[in-house]
Amino acid sequence: MTAGGHTLQLFEQRFGALRRARRTESIMLFVILVLLFAVSAVWTDFSPTQILAGLPRIGEYFEKLFSIQPGRDTPPVAVLSWAHVLGGIKEPQSIAYWFYRLDVYAALLWQTVQMAILATVLGYSTAFALSFSAARTLTANRTVVFLTRRLLEVLRTIPQVVLAFIFVWPFGIGPLAGILAIAIHTTGALGKLFSELNENADLRPVEGIKSAGGSWLAQMRYGVVPQMLPGFLSYGLLRFEINVRSSTIIGFVGAGGVGQELKRVIGFNIYEEVSAICILILLIVIAIDLLSARLRHRLIGAL
Amino acid sequence: MSASVTRHLPKIPLERRTLHWGIGAGAFAYFVYLLWLFDFDRIFTGLPKLWVIVRLMIDWTLFAEWDHAELIHSMAETVAMAFLGTFLATVLALPLGFMGARNIVPSPVFRFMTRRLFDGCRGLDQFIWALVFVRAVGLGPIAGILAIMVAETGILAKLFAEAIENIDTKQVDGIRSTGAGRLAELRFGVVPQILPVMISQALYSIESNSREATILGLVGAGGIGLRLSERIQINAWDQVAYVIVLILITVAAIDSLSKWLRLRLIGGPAARG
Repeated sequence: MTAGGHTLQLFEQRFGALRRARRTESIMLFVILVLLFAVSAVWTDFSPTQILAGLPRIGEYFEKLFSIQPGRDTPPVAVLSWAHVLGGIKEPQSIAYWFYRLDVYAALLWQTVQMAILATVLGYSTAFALSFSAARTLTANRTVVFLTRRLLEVLRTIPQVVLAFIFVWPFGIGPLAGILAIAIHTTGALGKLFSELNENADLRPVEGIKSAGGSWLAQMRYGVVPQMLPGFLSYGLLRFEINVRSSTIIGFVGAGGVGQELKRVIGFNIYEEVSAICILILLIVIAIDLLSARLRHRLIGAL
Repeated sequence: MSASVTRHLPKIPLERRTLHWGIGAGAFAYFVYLLWLFDFDRIFTGLPKLWVIVRLMIDWTLFAEWDHAELIHSMAETVAMAFLGTFLATVLALPLGFMGARNIVPSPVFRFMTRRLFDGCRGLDQFIWALVFVRAVGLGPIAGILAIMVAETGILAKLFAEAIENIDTKQVDGIRSTGAGRLAELRFGVVPQILPVMISQALYSIESNSREATILGLVGAGGIGLRLSERIQINAWDQVAYVIVLILITVAAIDSLSKWLRLRLIGGPAARG
């Protein structure tokens, strides 16, 4: 009884101590979080009142979206009914009416996707070329590895919109600046992923080719690439999805694609066109995600 | 030697080979078409101009005259925006994640709607949300915070919902068998299992959002982006380079801080329950 009581007491003691320690840790974490929150809120003038002041304006957006102005100086009349919203293209402010410039948007969206394709191909190729000298296990020269890695790091850390903004000066307004910016970012991001894949490569094929007298290039081409191709392709497709998103916004700085048009209609407060473009962007992004997920699964199965 | 090796390789049928070459040639032709479509020859006229810009960028002789206080203030504002936006998104995403999880909410209609809501938040880029919020709440960091919050809520809620769907049900059954209520079941059965995922995801999001937040200022949503765009517009390339270096340093610092925190919070023996 006494021995049992002693053990129980010891257990209670230790359990209590552990619980207290854990509780203090939790409280401290909580306090730190609240402090960080407060500091950030003060630093950015973040206050609920300002958000509440802005909320009516979001309502205003929907109000304008679903109302017609019969004359130039008459106040807008709300027209919220299913018959109206789902009405044909002739009915002002119906959903079909939002898309009255669908041909223009479709052309711009197609341009956006093509920008993403080209940027991904260019970035993929450069990343592929650089990934072998960034892999520690494949390249003996430490300086080369270090320099390649730092280069890739810088390429992927500079925001691509900033890069596009800078490129607009030498290369002119248009898709070219955007493509180059996205391609450079892709090189940095994919280069890192590829080099990590390369470092996990099985070295036995490489040694086999080396022992047969193959050059470094031959070792990479026949020893590493065949093992890594499915990984490379699947990362490339994932990057393509990301690049489609990026190329929808890169137009804000004048670097081509649908972003340029979106910026214009937001600037002019053309609400139905804003809605139309946002919906189209959403649709294309989801469609590309699904398509690329399909392709990736097939590739992984096939290779 | 190589001839004898090739002789023993299995022969690929001719039609397969023709197909492969056809696809290759088609892809190459499309690539060339794209290069032509987007005027890639302009690169050659642009490169000398880019070289001029690069030369101006590395000339930091006026370093002492730049407005360092303003730039560092904006940089801190950017980090604060990223932190606040991600924090609010985590708080919002937790209940939403529960609502989107199959094992918590059985109704498929409701789940479908919440899932599409996440997709909607996620599908539009933060940058577009920033533009929308700048119209709604005016210029300044609040628009940026709200943009980060909305876009990140979509991402985090989806990840949380998936984490909740993949939990071990035994722990929940254990809690239920003691006669606990529904809320206690979630609190002690589900939350401890998804907490490590939540913490590491939230930290990772702060990291990536501090990168992303640097550009929100370009549309007037606060932070270093506004300073950067001002300097690009007046062609003050030396200061542009300085701001980019500032961004690189800040992002690297946040990366290593969050890596350390992640190890400390999840990897260590004091893993929380």
